Order: sequence, then C-alpha cells, then structure tokens
Amino acid sequence: MSTIGNAFAPVRDAFDSIGDAFHRMNQWQKYSFYAIVIIALYLAPFWTDIPVIGPIVDTPGTQFSTVLNDQVIIFVLVALGLNVVVGLAGLLDLGYVGFYAVGAYVTAILTSAHGNLPWLLSLPIAVVVSMLFGVILGAPTLRLRGDYLAIVTLGFGEIIRLTAKNMDWLGASRGISNIKKPPSIFGLKFGVIDPKPYYYLGLTLVLIVVFVLHRIEYSRVGRAWVAIREDEDAAELMGVHTFKFKLWAFTIGAAVGGLAGVHYAGKVGFINPDNFPLQLSILFLAAVVLGGSGNMYGAILGGVLVAYVPERLRNFADKRVFVFGVVLVLMMVFRPEGILPKRVGDEHKKRQRSSQNEEVAQ
Amino acid sequence: MSEILLDFNNVTMQFGGVTALSEVTLQISRGEILGLIGPNGAGKTTCFNVMTGVYAPTIGSVTFNGQSLAGLKRFEITKAGIARTFQNIRLFSEMTAVENVMVGADARKKSSVGGAILRTPRQRREENESRERSMELLKFMGIADRAHNAARNLPYGYQRRLEIARALATEPQLLCLDEPAAGFNPAEKQELNELILKIRAQGYTVLLIEHDMNVVMKVSDRVAVLDFGKKIADGLPDQVRSNPDVIAAYLGVDDNAS
Repeated sequence: MSTIGNAFAPVRDAFDSIGDAFHRMNQWQKYSFYAIVIIALYLAPFWTDIPVIGPIVDTPGTQFSTVLNDQVIIFVLVALGLNVVVGLAGLLDLGYVGFYAVGAYVTAILTSAHGNLPWLLSLPIAVVVSMLFGVILGAPTLRLRGDYLAIVTLGFGEIIRLTAKNMDWLGASRGISNIKKPPSIFGLKFGVIDPKPYYYLGLTLVLIVVFVLHRIEYSRVGRAWVAIREDEDAAELMGVHTFKFKLWAFTIGAAVGGLAGVHYAGKVGFINPDNFPLQLSILFLAAVVLGGSGNMYGAILGGVLVAYVPERLRNFADKRVFVFGVVLVLMMVFRPEGILPKRVGDEHKKRQRSSQNEEVAQ
Repeated sequence: MSEILLDFNNVTMQFGGVTALSEVTLQISRGEILGLIGPNGAGKTTCFNVMTGVYAPTIGSVTFNGQSLAGLKRFEITKAGIARTFQNIRLFSEMTAVENVMVGADARKKSSVGGAILRTPRQRREENESRERSMELLKFMGIADRAHNAARNLPYGYQRRLEIARALATEPQLLCLDEPAAGFNPAEKQELNELILKIRAQGYTVLLIEHDMNVVMKVSDRVAVLDFGKKIADGLPDQVRSNPDVIAAYLGVDDNAS
C-alpha cells in the first residue's frame, strides 16, 4: 500500500509547496494576495467567459453561477460552521443539517408563513434562534463524548426534519413558499432568473464569517477548543471550563449553519422538509474531513469540492456519485488528515531557512 | 510549623470493593517539597487524583488553603491553585509548545467569544499577558528554543518540561508532579532535581510523586510513604530511609525476623 501511497506524494508535495510559498510571503504580499483572490472570487460567475479555462470550469446542465451560489456558497458556509464543532472542538456532530434547517425555517416563518418581516430582519433573528437551538441541543448532550454525542446529534437532525414534516404550523410536507428575497442594494436585484446577486451576497457572508471565525480561533476560545479536542481531561485539569467552551463551539457552529439556511431560503423562496435530509449532514461532514478538519481554509476547499465536483461531473450521469465515493475512500486511505490540514508549528519554516542558508553558503 | 496549604484529612477512596486509599492523613506546608513514595499500586496516583478533583473521596475531606475541595469541578480546583503534570505525558500534541502553555495561562483570564470577535482592549491585553508569561515559563524551563514547534515533535525531555511549564502557567500555589523523572537518564534526573529546587525557590509548594529514590531523597524536605493505600511513614528523608516499615514495604519482610 505504501508504494501506491508514494504515487500520491507529488500531489502532497504540490499542496505543501503552495502552503510554503504562502508562508514565505511578507505582510504586503499577503494582503495583495488576499485582495486578488477576493476580486477573483467576486468575478467567479464570469470565469466561464475566459477562453480555455471557461469550458473546463463550466458545469454541464446547470448555469455556472447557480452552482456557485446554490451549491458552493451553501457548502462553504456550512463547512466553516461545522469545522468549528468537528475540526476545532473535536465534537462529532452528525445532525448539523438541523441547524441549517432551523435557519431556513425561521426565515420562512417570519417572512411568509406567519409574518411579514423583510428578509434582512429575519436574518439576525434566525441566527439567534439557531444559536438557541445549539444551546438546547448542547446543554444536555455535551456531557456525552465521542460516539454517544454523534448518535444524539444524529437524532437531532432527524427530529428537526420530522417535526417540520408533521407540524401544520410549519407547513408539514407541503413546506413554506413565498419566502421573501433579500432587499435590492447597489443596483443588484434579487429576482428569480439571475443568480449572480445571490452569489455576491453569499460570498460576502462567507468573508464575514471567515473574518469572525479567524478572530475566535486565534484567541483564548480557539485554544480552549483545540485543547479539548486534543485531550479533554487534561484541558479541564489545566483550568479550561470544558463544558462552557464546548457549548460555545456548538452555539457558534449553529449560528453559521443557521446563516447558511437563511441564505438558502432567501434564494429558493420555497422550502420543504425534504430539503434537509440526513444525507446532507453526511455530505457536510465529508466536506470538512476531505478539506482538512481543523483548518478553516481546508474546510472551505472541502466545501467547494464536495459542492462543485458532482455538478461538474454531471455528464457521467449516475456514475458521478460512484466516482465521488471512490475519491473520498482514496483520500481517507492516503491522506486521512484531508487535503489542507492545519500546519502546527514552524518546523517546516526552519527546514526552508536552513536550505536557503545552504544555498547562500554555496 | 509553617502554614498548612493542603490538608488531606482521613481520606478513604474505594472503587467498588477495592480500597485504594485507607484513612490517609497528610499535610503539606506552604513552601515545602513533599515527596510521596510507595511501591507500585500503593495509591500515590489515586492520592493525586483525589487532590485534583478527578475523584471525590469516599470518606474524609481535602482542604486547600482553608477551603474544602468537596464539590468543586476540576477546572475550579485548578483556579483554586492546584496544578499537576501527568505520569504519562498528556500534552495537546497538535498545538505548539507556547500554545500549550498559553492554555494554562488562560485559566486566569476572563475574555471570551465577544472579546475575541471585537478584539477589545482587555482581550488584547490578556492575550499579550498570556503569550509573554508563557514564553517566560518556557525560558525558565530551558525549552524556549522550541517554543513554536508542535508539541508532538518535541523530544521526550522537552515534553516533560513542557508539562511542568503548562502547569506553572495556571499560577498554582501547589504544583503536583506525577513521576516527572520517569524515563530520564541520570544526567537528566540531575537537571530535573535542580529544576524542582528552582521552582520551589520561586515560591511554589511542590508535591512530588516519584519512584526514583535518588530524586526524592535529594530534593524533598519531607517524605511520606504509602503502602497498600495506607500511610506507613512521614518524616525527614533520612528518618524515612531508615524506617523499618518502609524497608519492609520496599524490600519485603524476612519471615524469621518477625
């Protein structure tokens, strides 16, 4: 198996050298890099117009910008939130779709079924309600560990879906339609035909979430999460209030999941319980693990791949799910830490420095 | 007699039918180094675990600094001022050395999610304090050169010292070291001895569990001996060394002698 593993080495090296190159950049180069990446991302709907590259990235059967928003943005948002719970705090959550559903349903209820609020006002309310659900689920269950927590969260996702399916107040199986759209700003009109405005809005949400999560990760809270993931007992004996920080991880994860739900509801205008199957929870988790659990940028990459690749491979018709499954299995065998795992420590930098010094010496 | 920091009063600890500690009474005075020794399975680590809140004693009480530890959660006991290291190293392996220590230093900090998102002045001050204090401790332990390496990549001796640094970062009044010399060669043990004395010189009280007699007898002010969950001796190193019960516990009893 190791010989096959070696065949993957160039791929591994390529990713590592991209990371190394980034770490070598100075502050100014990094900011320019960020700026270029962000501009390129906002222009993503037009990538299909670029010669040569266009046909490669374009998705057959579905408009590219629809895929970007309805699949990629949603998966990236969700992967970011789930990465806090699974990747940083190490809490296996198999019912994450529940929070996504809560966000979508709160927006649907407030703007259509039982209220007439604008979409924008429903957003903060939905996020707060999702957080409340995070606390409601977390407070009794976070005393459980590992497998047991996974089973309880699995149940949570299903409870949310089944409740929605069986309560008339929530529209039952019919779902809720006529959900309000985001308000038009900067000349962007959120209609039904052009998906681009939704993509711009979604990308903005992603950038805000990245900014906020980055700040939390590199603080006392983020350290507490990783310490809990690494050794919960040792963390507690070092003074970490483990329950409190696990609950925070759940709550913040729930907030981001709910936010993704709000964005989704605003775009499609119509939701029903079948939009939130268990399979989504598993795909969300696959995105985080595939990309690199514990590294925010890895989770983003995972979200992009899990959302985009099946759409790109639509020509393979029903074989695409098989191909996707094979890719996942191979990944877990040869790079179980994911494509972009978090780099801990500066050992690799020292290695470069010494090799640079050798070059200078020669 | 100086002030009593930790008072272990008549503690019995049972696990089902097994009695791991039986009516152990033990006091630690502020500023001393107490060595706790005993053959394997004598109850040393159980003693530790009762002290740090991992177990609640079946009978008896533990008082620290005049405050009962009963009902306190583990992290609250840490905040009350007891810190420990582990017999089998338990670092946060996917964090850097300095981050490991910062987790300990964070125990005394207050800022949380809101502070982190808004980068409030208090949060930034606390963050700097944690980082500076942690670097100081790494220097104190002589491992600052690998501060930004992942804990899992550190050599064994560094990992042991890092555990002590992490425990010190919680600003304890009592530092409990669980077999810190395990796996050390004589030279490293010598360095460890000096380090423990240096730690005490900084004003910490140290409880030392150790198998290695050389280490215990050299650095301890006082030595207590456990055997089969009972305290069989408590006194100056030289007294304990010549105590017949202790010799019997370690070397076995000559049947003809009794």
